[in-house]
Amino acid sequence: MNPREYHAPRWSEPIIHELSTSGERGFIPPTSEKKIKEKIGSGASLIPEGMRRKTKPDLPELSQAQVLRHYLRLSQMTLGMEMEIDLGVGTCTMKYSPKINEELAGLIKDVHPLQPEETLQGILEIAYEFGNKYLREISGMDAFTFQPPGGSVGCYNNALIMRKYHADRGEPHRDEIITTIFSHPCDAATPATAGYKVITLYPDPETGLPDTEALKEAVGPKTAGCFITNPEDIGIFNRNIDEWTGIIHDAGGLCSYDQANANAIMGVTRAREAGFDMLFFNLHKTFSSPHGSSGPGSAGVGVVKELEEYLPVPVIVKKDGAYMLDYDRPKSIGKVRDFMGNLQVVLRCYAWCMAMGAKGLREAAEVSMINNQYLMEKVKKIKGVTLTYPSRRLDQARWSLEQMKQDTGVGIGDVNKRVIDYGVQSFFTSHHPWLIPEPFTPEPAETYSKADIDYWCSVLEKVSEEAYSDPELVKSAPHNSSIHKIDWDGFNDPDRWAMSWRAYRRKHK
Amino acid sequence: MGKDFVHPYIPNSVPKIKQEMLDFIGAKDADELYTEMIPERLLLKREMQLPEPLLSEQELKRHVAGILSKNKTTEEYISFLGGGCWQHYVPKVCEVIQSRSEFLTAYAGGAYSDHGRFQANFEFQSLICELLGMEVSGLPTYDWGAAAGNSVRMASRITGRNEILVPRNASLARLSILKNFCGSVDPKGEIKITLVDYEPETGRVDLNDLESKLCENIAGVYFENPNYLGVIESEGAKISELAHSVGAESIVGVDPISLGVLASPAEYGADIACGEAQPLGVSMYAGGGSCGFIASRDEERYVAEYPLRLLSLAPTNVEGEFGFGQALYSRTSYMAREKAKDWVGTTTVLWGITATVYMSLLGPQGMKELGETVLEKSHYTAAALNELSGVEVPYSGFFKEFPVRFTRPVKEVNEKLLGHKIFGGNDLSKDFPELGKSALYCVTEMHSLDMIEKLETALREVVA
Repeated sequence: MNPREYHAPRWSEPIIHELSTSGERGFIPPTSEKKIKEKIGSGASLIPEGMRRKTKPDLPELSQAQVLRHYLRLSQMTLGMEMEIDLGVGTCTMKYSPKINEELAGLIKDVHPLQPEETLQGILEIAYEFGNKYLREISGMDAFTFQPPGGSVGCYNNALIMRKYHADRGEPHRDEIITTIFSHPCDAATPATAGYKVITLYPDPETGLPDTEALKEAVGPKTAGCFITNPEDIGIFNRNIDEWTGIIHDAGGLCSYDQANANAIMGVTRAREAGFDMLFFNLHKTFSSPHGSSGPGSAGVGVVKELEEYLPVPVIVKKDGAYMLDYDRPKSIGKVRDFMGNLQVVLRCYAWCMAMGAKGLREAAEVSMINNQYLMEKVKKIKGVTLTYPSRRLDQARWSLEQMKQDTGVGIGDVNKRVIDYGVQSFFTSHHPWLIPEPFTPEPAETYSKADIDYWCSVLEKVSEEAYSDPELVKSAPHNSSIHKIDWDGFNDPDRWAMSWRAYRRKHK
Repeated sequence: MGKDFVHPYIPNSVPKIKQEMLDFIGAKDADELYTEMIPERLLLKREMQLPEPLLSEQELKRHVAGILSKNKTTEEYISFLGGGCWQHYVPKVCEVIQSRSEFLTAYAGGAYSDHGRFQANFEFQSLICELLGMEVSGLPTYDWGAAAGNSVRMASRITGRNEILVPRNASLARLSILKNFCGSVDPKGEIKITLVDYEPETGRVDLNDLESKLCENIAGVYFENPNYLGVIESEGAKISELAHSVGAESIVGVDPISLGVLASPAEYGADIACGEAQPLGVSMYAGGGSCGFIASRDEERYVAEYPLRLLSLAPTNVEGEFGFGQALYSRTSYMAREKAKDWVGTTTVLWGITATVYMSLLGPQGMKELGETVLEKSHYTAAALNELSGVEVPYSGFFKEFPVRFTRPVKEVNEKLLGHKIFGGNDLSKDFPELGKSALYCVTEMHSLDMIEKLETALREVVA
């Protein structure tokens, strides 16, 4: 298969300030009715003297069609998931989000979160049932919250529960948490924000499997708990995970499961049997909600019965057939986000699960896993690409271009700029540190057909051929992109960086 | 679903294709592969017990829409609810852009392949900076509460101090979020929050109490403008000056839709500004429209402490062309894990794009006119309610929200208003008992004179 020819839209679109024409406008807000004006006078006079805006903000002035055109052009210069085969963006589960669910999500757009409970029964029912029917069965956990508006906040939420749990038990001295280097960075960063010391375990260098002996050495009287991603971000499932949770529990700690990428294990293996006390799913990943250029997403946090009283308020409860918001929870950690979180995301995920059913969810898991085995068989034949650890992977695998880099000088940074010339999104380069050098992590979710996977592999194969025959071609990429090579030198230089147009004008004009 | 069932979301559920792939892999079936990776004892050996699926789109739509029809919306009822999520008009162009497949479904693509997204995000930073009078902002965060939490932690790191002052007229929900951000397992890492009184007669920060609590340990003074009770902090410059007098940071949380008419935080001395972008063209979504932001001056000591992704403009090798990339990326948790500045994750970037379109559509004139209309309508409503017996509006000098005090319990008033298809203001009696039986009313450009008069008529009946 030969990759198709592609060229990204290139609009050479100026910054919106440069398109401004004094006096133009894109929108007219309503004015007050005559009766209001007569009684109240002009709005400006209602502001205390010293707080009136003296000079208008320097926002751009454009007519409506010109604003629309500008942002349509910017959208065209964005390779969204729906435009291409997005399986190179691993750990992100770039699956299809059914379009009908957008329409359904729109049904709550004019709902205010502080409305009386009796006027929120529809959305509360959806959130309650999604937690208590779907996530309960999928995870084995007992109680749920959707207040954390992203996966990392779900992880942070669990660190706060851990903090409060130990404080309540008179053990605030437990100030260490344990994670693994191939757990997502949030498993280290969010407990650290909550004040924990972070102990990071490294895998067995031969197998890549998390090292149980290292865990045994790390636990002690200061252990508050663990934050573990499984399968890890390199795709390996920790086979001893139940032994791990046992070791943590024996030391008096709690176990938080990072199930951000649970796509290949839905209906296959669960947090409950693995011994976890709490978990979070990234609903926008496994349960299909569009990623929105990076949010709004949602966590789905589940906890065991013993930790239910710590959940953030309000908790959605069901009483006599009605759904209610329970704020009266003295042991609650309080709030991690205003209101109830991103319920439009929860709603999409409910609809997705309703369209799948038990067999459909299991089928999605199996196919995503089989897709990855199929992709791996093809990728491992591509020159210059190696797999660091031999173990079979579940949903994704972390590959290395170290060999290619040694042979040709072409590394992941270059390959990432070349694949887009064939209409494929840059690969997710993997979080740091790069324990596996020159990494990439494709994740072929159930959305992708065999033909899609074949195409994606053909692009990687083609770029590998180019790297070995004409490395300059790859290094000088992209050739068919919206813009040319960016000068990266200024991004760490206070005299040159510009995080706004006004800063740019001050420094560079 | 039988063995041969093909699901429309799963192309490789076609049995023949799946078999070809298994043959290629050299495996019998999925179970064989799973057993190789996951120990037998951890495998779920039964089918999950879940509701029967609705496989056709039309049945699914009917089912979900049927449940959601149990909601009432602010389209059917006249709503005076605010308190952190506000009803403003959403221009159609905002909806068109946020629905574009490219923006809706992009995620972690690169600076070339997602050039348009990077530019839209840079423009978000640029336009929010114009409203705030700042020079640095980043990609949006989750909500105002998270923005305040990060801002306070930034101030603590910048000053090397571990105490902040927060007035009691800030949102209690945000205060709860803030408390979580300030707490720590490590006693040395904890940021102490000291509350400052507000003047019961004006609703504004009590400057005497603020001054008495300021000392060399204070990392920052965080206040909101307009504050949670809707009142404009007319002494913003004085508050900043007091903060600066002990070397503390002035941190201001704002509702940016007020900034066409209200002074920017920079004008009254803010070092760090944060707030909530939902009013800028994002629908309420039962609270799912939240979109926090942080901004500051362009100084390295501030920039180095941001947890957020910060997009910088940069030249390309073609004269006059721009590209974008991450400034000081090594700060972020994606690079530094537990050594990072707090953490960064999937936040609310789509809403940031929507807000950018909104600010571009309204421009300086639209923001000014909108602010004036909001002021006029809210003040008209307050004046009208104040004339009713059994109803009192204690504060003047507000923007779009104001407490309304009743002689009857708010719960009872709101229940009766519901019968008139009106959502009364949010009940403050529990969180702000010193205000008596009060509710926080929000009036915006969405409220026609007719709607305001309906409230007047209903309240006259309800409180009689």
